[in-house]
Amino acid sequence: MKSQQEIRLSGSGGQGLILGGIILAEAAIIDGKNAVQSQSYGPEARGGASKAEVIISSDVIDYPKVEKADVLLALTQVAYDKYIKTLKDDGILIIDSIVKHNNTTHKILQIPILSTAAEKVGKSMVANIVAIGSIQQLTNIVTKEALEKAVLNRVPKGTEELNKQALMEGYHLVEEHTSLKVIV
Amino acid sequence: MKNRKVKLMQGNEACVEGALAAGMKFYAGYPITPSTEIAEICAQKLPQIGGKFIQMEDEIAGMAATIGGSLAGLKSMTATSGPGFSLKQENIGYAALAEIPCVIIDVQRAGPSTGLPTAPSQGDIMQAKWGTHGDHPVIALSPTSVRETFDLTIKAFNLAEKYRTPVFLMLDEIVGHMREKIEIPAEDEIEVIDRLKPEVGDTNYMAYRPVEGGLVPPMAAFGEGFSFHVTGLMHDEFGFPTNDAEVSDNLLRRIMKKIDVNVNDIIMYEEEQVEDADLIVLAYGGTARSARSAVKKARELGLKVGLFKALTIWPSPEKRVKELISNTKKILVPELNLGQYVLEVERIVAGQAEVSHLGKVNGEAITPEEILTKIREVL
Repeated sequence: MKSQQEIRLSGSGGQGLILGGIILAEAAIIDGKNAVQSQSYGPEARGGASKAEVIISSDVIDYPKVEKADVLLALTQVAYDKYIKTLKDDGILIIDSIVKHNNTTHKILQIPILSTAAEKVGKSMVANIVAIGSIQQLTNIVTKEALEKAVLNRVPKGTEELNKQALMEGYHLVEEHTSLKVIV
Repeated sequence: MKNRKVKLMQGNEACVEGALAAGMKFYAGYPITPSTEIAEICAQKLPQIGGKFIQMEDEIAGMAATIGGSLAGLKSMTATSGPGFSLKQENIGYAALAEIPCVIIDVQRAGPSTGLPTAPSQGDIMQAKWGTHGDHPVIALSPTSVRETFDLTIKAFNLAEKYRTPVFLMLDEIVGHMREKIEIPAEDEIEVIDRLKPEVGDTNYMAYRPVEGGLVPPMAAFGEGFSFHVTGLMHDEFGFPTNDAEVSDNLLRRIMKKIDVNVNDIIMYEEEQVEDADLIVLAYGGTARSARSAVKKARELGLKVGLFKALTIWPSPEKRVKELISNTKKILVPELNLGQYVLEVERIVAGQAEVSHLGKVNGEAITPEEILTKIREVL
């Protein structure tokens, strides 16, 4: 595993991607690593494409912004079209099933994150948690123990079980769609 | 093991945590991006500890109320960004001349005018030094990380209290808005300085007479029983206005001198690999992070490059920079403006080393690669 991983979570405003980024960063800290989380503010953050960025490192993190990401999550077509060029050529792409693409460059995992949240878990608002579960299962970028702790620290009281279930569904999605673990 | 908390925290949040650790009890301001979280968190936390938060009608009033809070004896702070920093300047001059300790946070965004509200900048560096009219003492600190934001906010309060003067914390949108891991020191590891107060019952107390042999007068709180007058006019030791040439001259020279003779206590910086450096990158704030990354990359390429990170930007680290250029003949100053702090570096260096500048004003951070490219160009 590389000592520093840079992750870009993208989708549309309201999908909870900034919270998703914060949770990933907090999980990394629970694992004893360094983490930096940043996001874009302003008009770009409202509607259209929205993104959150996380850098996780076992070393000191100097430059806090993500340029070319090791992992890109895209939950919407607009986000995919806008940010695909910011993924490293050997980077990992996780896209929702609704995204159309003819990408042959990247390692791609296309999974139904949004419909799993809406239909299986029953709340579309937990798509961010499903997504970070999938990222964990695919990349092992943080441990499951740390991620679960970080999720429970952040979600509103009374929604713990719902969010735990969302995390599990995120893990399962990857197990169902790939037998491989990707090393980033 | 000390009772230290490790958590993910935003720069603006760390600023409030630092202020509270330093003893802030009063915040007045007018929320402005990208400093808004500071006001929000103060509004939440100050009432819980018996402090006061006031949202004022505008930036000017925010500064005025901050001064008032401090005069009443409370450690006071306000936060703003470029457009508000401009508006506060008149009252900042008042605080400097009337010797009222307070902390002003400027989370810099791209200007001039309302500019790019959500984009980082280091465009207020010269305004911090010269924004208010007349000669006046200036202390300005510039953190590069969330932890430094915590530490330097405490330091800002300590310096304000110790020298009875307004102190600026020049944050930028990069550091103010990023979240990163921070280990918060335990309470007993934090040094907190309180303003010197007059002895109880001191009938000879004068609010503008320094302690014997010193340059800073003790400061009574309004309502404590000591009477004193506060004015933005030149004043005598009671605080009463005067046109007297000698009194005016002595006053202004004293408030400048109280900073000048204490620069060693005020100036903070960090250096990396400067000993054998052919070129030193001198940086501050969020840009210092890019600079550090660039210096590491340059070293990997075998280039002899060092880093000088200025944590105190005003007063400038004049003595140390002069020492450094006896060995290193090239200095590069990257900053998010079209050439501000580089002017101070050029003044210090006075032609004894080659000074280059890398400026950026498109609202984006300077990348390590941009600094590295510039290093290779000038080396």
